[in-house]
Amino acid sequence: MIISLALYLAIFLPFAATGLLAALDRWPNARDAVSVVTALVSFGLALTVLRGFLGGDGGSFSLLEVMPGLPIVFGVEPLGMVFALLASGLWIVVAIYAIGYMRANEESHQTRFAICFALAIGGALGIAFAGNLFTLFIFYEALTLSTYPLVAHKQTPEARAGARIYLTILLTTSIGFFLPAIIWVWTAAGTLDFFPGGILEGRVDPAVAPLLLALFAYGIGKAALMPFHRWLPAAMVAPTPVSALLHAVAVVKAGVFTLLKVGVYIFGIGYLSHTGASLWLAWVAAASLIISAVIALTKDDLKARLAYSTVSQLAYVTLGVALANQMGIIGGTMQMVMHAMAKITLFMCAGAIYVTTHKTRVSELTGLGRQMPFTFTAFLIASVSIIGLPPLGGAWSKWFLLMGAADAGQTVLIGVLALGSLLSVFYLLPVAGKALFLPPRGANTLVAGDAVIAGISEAPLLCLLPICATALGCVALFFFGNELYAFLLRIPLLAVAREAAP
Amino acid sequence: MVTMDSVLSLISGHYNYWMGIVLMMLGLYVAISRGNLIKKVVGLNLFQTSVFMLYISMGKVTGGTAPILTGKPDTIYSNPLPHVLILTAIVVGISTTALALALIVRIREAYGTIEEDEIAAIERQFEFPKDRVA
Amino acid sequence: MPEALFHHLPVLQVVLTLVAAPLCALAGSRWAWSIATAASIIAFAITVTLFSSVLDGTVISYHIGGWAPPIGIEYRVDILNAFVLLIVSGIAVLTLIYAQKSVTAEIGSEKHGLFYAAFLLCLTGLMGVAITGDAFNVFVFLEISSLSAYALIATGADRDRRALTAAYNYLIMGTIGATFFVIGLGLLYMLTGTLNMADLAQRLFDHGDNRTLRTGFCFVLIGLTLKLAMFPLHLWLPDAYSRAPSAVTAFLSATATKVMVYVLLRFLFAIFSFSFAFEASVLRVLVLPLAMIGIVVASVVAIFQDDLKRMLAYSSIAQIGYMLLGLALVSQTGVMASIIHLFNHAITKAALFMAAGCFVLQAGTTSIRELRGIGRDMPWTMAAFVVGGLSLIGVPLTVGFISKWYLVEAFIAEGWWPVALLIVASSLLSFAYVWRVVEAAYLRDAPEGVVRKEAPLSMLVPMWTLAGMSIYFGVDSSLTSAAASRAANALIGASNLFWQ
Repeated sequence: MIISLALYLAIFLPFAATGLLAALDRWPNARDAVSVVTALVSFGLALTVLRGFLGGDGGSFSLLEVMPGLPIVFGVEPLGMVFALLASGLWIVVAIYAIGYMRANEESHQTRFAICFALAIGGALGIAFAGNLFTLFIFYEALTLSTYPLVAHKQTPEARAGARIYLTILLTTSIGFFLPAIIWVWTAAGTLDFFPGGILEGRVDPAVAPLLLALFAYGIGKAALMPFHRWLPAAMVAPTPVSALLHAVAVVKAGVFTLLKVGVYIFGIGYLSHTGASLWLAWVAAASLIISAVIALTKDDLKARLAYSTVSQLAYVTLGVALANQMGIIGGTMQMVMHAMAKITLFMCAGAIYVTTHKTRVSELTGLGRQMPFTFTAFLIASVSIIGLPPLGGAWSKWFLLMGAADAGQTVLIGVLALGSLLSVFYLLPVAGKALFLPPRGANTLVAGDAVIAGISEAPLLCLLPICATALGCVALFFFGNELYAFLLRIPLLAVAREAAP
Repeated sequence: MVTMDSVLSLISGHYNYWMGIVLMMLGLYVAISRGNLIKKVVGLNLFQTSVFMLYISMGKVTGGTAPILTGKPDTIYSNPLPHVLILTAIVVGISTTALALALIVRIREAYGTIEEDEIAAIERQFEFPKDRVA
Repeated sequence: MPEALFHHLPVLQVVLTLVAAPLCALAGSRWAWSIATAASIIAFAITVTLFSSVLDGTVISYHIGGWAPPIGIEYRVDILNAFVLLIVSGIAVLTLIYAQKSVTAEIGSEKHGLFYAAFLLCLTGLMGVAITGDAFNVFVFLEISSLSAYALIATGADRDRRALTAAYNYLIMGTIGATFFVIGLGLLYMLTGTLNMADLAQRLFDHGDNRTLRTGFCFVLIGLTLKLAMFPLHLWLPDAYSRAPSAVTAFLSATATKVMVYVLLRFLFAIFSFSFAFEASVLRVLVLPLAMIGIVVASVVAIFQDDLKRMLAYSSIAQIGYMLLGLALVSQTGVMASIIHLFNHAITKAALFMAAGCFVLQAGTTSIRELRGIGRDMPWTMAAFVVGGLSLIGVPLTVGFISKWYLVEAFIAEGWWPVALLIVASSLLSFAYVWRVVEAAYLRDAPEGVVRKEAPLSMLVPMWTLAGMSIYFGVDSSLTSAAASRAANALIGASNLFWQ
């Protein structure tokens, strides 16, 4: 079985690479090369798994049994495949970007950084390929712990405090809610396997199903549903590549991905929709969506604004799950992909701005577009994608989510989705707009040419190239939207023969 | 209905228990309440001894003699097992007392006192010396 | 192995270390460690043999001096106490390997002979408590282990004179506890005329419920819970653990209270099982709430300790609360969770206290404030500490997770939701106290002018053996959970109780 080998390698390669990274502590070039090569190989492996999956290969592979009846299992299914490709693909980009950023800023502890980074990606891939809820939980916690040193990287009191909030909220929610929810499912259903159509039908009383869903929705703190979103802005103290990783690739996407998995394979959307257990969640997500977007408007710190934007955009995915219909799930999954591509661009841009000018506030960026045209163009493209306008990838996810809301007959939610996009216009577009189209602050028209004379001064090439790549990615995703849609149609939403369930 | 007789017989019939309980409580009280380490040990001894006596009296069979084989078939013996058990317990008690006294000697060497409150005061000083409070 | 020798293994288990102890004292500082280590290794080998022969459910019954029970003293090995023996003797071997360097640094060399003699006596006592099938014999061995434990703790006086008062207070409390236990036994004896556990269980069952029995039960319960430091009878523990020499703390924390939990399990479920209604109500009304309060209070107190060893000691009190929770639920899964946590916590806490001992040796302090930046100077020690800490929190793939899982599952299965939630919530408290150390060690810079080196290999190896086990049995718990579930079955199967 090529696919199982590729799958195991994809998950454990990042973990294995840490040893090599540690050994190469004294040779930074070799170390960084290992980082990038591992990322490339991981992506290649994920592609191999995809090819096997498309070729009809699949199934699940049991690694070992931790407790009687509770094995560590890996499996391939469309949702996980998408997340795995996303995580490993964007890792390449961030790995390259991180080299440029860390070196340009002369950060210390670069080896620890590289190791934890690899661990985090390993955790994300483990989550992607987890074959049951138990395995998923293990990697979920591994991801939390491995990203903690990344957030605390600068070791300043603020970094420590931020990292403490980060870890406290994520662990509190996961141990306090997520774990009891898992054990609840285990005692009720006798299994934790991801099963098409869910495993709770007839096993959990519909009257308490909303409570169980609440334990999941709030327990998966990485999905940053309000009021457990505080860790996200707190984690802003991290170096920018980490923010990109946390907010675009590994952590938040692991959160919403887990939510999708739980919705599709544990509850089953059929169960959710006919019991109406998820209706409240749709409204909570809608509230989270609007409130955080409004907060984003008030933030002057660029990274903080992006962070609240993330909280808002993640609520779209939660909303998609809560709609509990096919379009909602597809729209949510697409949102996961589109938002990742766009948000990573935005964060890398923020990092590039910081590296070049050491500016972090939105108000300081006016007119900076003349100095850094590539960065800000990328920023503009990504912003438009997040808003959800064609011809950018974000258009698809918003479209399918709207269809989902329409299918569910929730007219008000359609309005909420539209309002969310409108708000994102207000908090994102001015950033790039002011930078590109206004003259530098304090400069009158006479000396406006100074900036032009100063010429183009961009971030290091290793920072700039990844930005351009992901910005192009946002465009490309628009044109591959149909392929993605076709792939996501494979997500098994309906229950198959029940006798296969234990 | 509780009569005087029944009360009296409750007291006299269980005389050994009542004395055992009184001694036990006295001992426990001394062991807990006294601040002097030696007195604590005395209380502990009292407490233990009361238990020994309870055990020993428990083995007494009315009209029974010491459990030494006399050869006569109709001799009534007291139950020897509790006595033997208590022999062990006494040994344990003595060891405990010896160890406690040894510790008290060492405590006296280290602190210069065997009063609990004085020791506590010295320890507090040790834990929070003035020069480290900042 | 010759049949005759195999037949006598249960008594050899205890006698061997008992004989080796005076040898240690006589041999003096030079050879004491070697003798003690050799004796404990042989004891461990005997345990392994016993364990493997009772694994299939057979029960070995050995009659001391050839006197058949209930007249004579019986040693009775079933899967439960074989499991406990395995923990005790295994930890003893590891601690002794660890002790060589640690003890040399913390205790004057003239005392080494006596120290190792006391250590072996303590080991003898603990193994005796576990192996014997005679209730009064439990008391005798209990006192052997306790008396030597008081002495061992007092040897900490070379580093910190407060060890003396700690040992003294432990002595007073411990003796009161043991005497309560004896009173309870006396009452039971009065009722039945026997002290053999199996016989006792049978006769108590025949007698049925009565007042003497209830009194006896209460005395036994209080005596044992005092010895195992159930909140609020735990006051002796923090001082004793934090001031004893590191090796002693590592050993006692992993074995002494665990053996007491075992005795409690044995008495509750194999001897008192008949008076189910009364016993269960005491457990559920008294022990369960106390265990819950203990978990929360001790964890919160632990958060505010600056002394690492003291913090771990309070954490121990909280962890004992989990074991009590499991048994107080009076269900098979609960008992199993207790037993598995007994093992899991033993290895975790021993590893943690060993790490603390390494800090004592190399940094000369266990103050968390002064240990800042230690993660870079002593990476291996600190990494072991992190593993142990994660296990205390109950992070997946560590043994702590397995324990919590079974415990929570047991409570959810019985529908005790609030307790289940408290268990997971208390994990967060342990996260708080563990993380203070982790943050200080990795994210703060070392105090200036302090030179600290990694601990010697002879300390790292036993510590990492335990830390490694904390991970291994967290990844693959088939061995421990099978043993624990069989032990729970054996315990409950031995009683005449009709469950449910």
